[in-house]
Amino acid sequence: MVKKEGEMATIEISCVEVWREISNYLNEEISPEMRDRMEAHFKACAHCSAVLDGTRNVVELVGDGRVFQVPDGFSKRLYKKLQKLA
Amino acid sequence: MIQSQLRANEAELIRSVCAGEREAFYELLRPYERMIYATAISVVKNPADAEEVAQEAVLKAFSHLCSFRAEAKFSTWLVQITYNEAKRRLKKARPHLYESIDEQQQNEDGDFWPRDFADWRPIPSELLEQNEIRQAVQKAINSLSATHREVLVLRDVQHLSIKETSTILGISEPNVKTRLHRARLLLRDRLAPGIDGSWIEGQPYRKARAW
Repeated sequence: MVKKEGEMATIEISCVEVWREISNYLNEEISPEMRDRMEAHFKACAHCSAVLDGTRNVVELVGDGRVFQVPDGFSKRLYKKLQKLA
Repeated sequence: MIQSQLRANEAELIRSVCAGEREAFYELLRPYERMIYATAISVVKNPADAEEVAQEAVLKAFSHLCSFRAEAKFSTWLVQITYNEAKRRLKKARPHLYESIDEQQQNEDGDFWPRDFADWRPIPSELLEQNEIRQAVQKAINSLSATHREVLVLRDVQHLSIKETSTILGISEPNVKTRLHRARLLLRDRLAPGIDGSWIEGQPYRKARAW
């Protein structure tokens, strides 16, 4: 294949390969080449885009401090316990 | 506060506690209460047990504080104590269950095939203001196996590094990555259809599919 200057030859990858790397992609723990290949795939594949968006939403949801809120009175009870220590 | 300042500040507080100023321990602990609780609940799964584990862990941390070596981060040390305490409790309460979970040979090598391709549009963070959404997320996390849940909570809830997670759980770094990956995809499969509408009152489940 003859490449124009500055054009990247992107090797196509399968959906399975994309799923395997989605988590690393979100953590930016993949090579720039792999990232380019995945991004080309996401543009063309609605399934994988849906998996990517959903996984990203999961990371955002669980990373939000509001999911694991300490119960009411938690601190108070904790400090009470500590005070009992001689 | 930047990391080095935070650590210097914590080191100062630790010296004060060891010099007999108990009040300094409260100050040291305060930023990590949620972290301790989340770690505990990721193992024992119910709020009452998690609170008792958190209390035990904090008492342990207090009595061992003066032997804390500053090579580790204080937060990681606390999470480690909490995690061990939670595991100990689980083993004591349900030894058979504990063994069966641990002996479960999970095939981490195979590929994961997403089950659901719901087109989950970006969700506004206000969604988490709704108690039902928070509960649904907690329930989905609880439905994961212990191996997946623990990695997910340390990495994505507590934002610990791969290295810290690997140290606390006693598993290799590649293993942390694989389990996290699997946990995220499983959670997406469980949450996507609901977030799409079925959890939101008065709104029918929109079967939005990517094709």
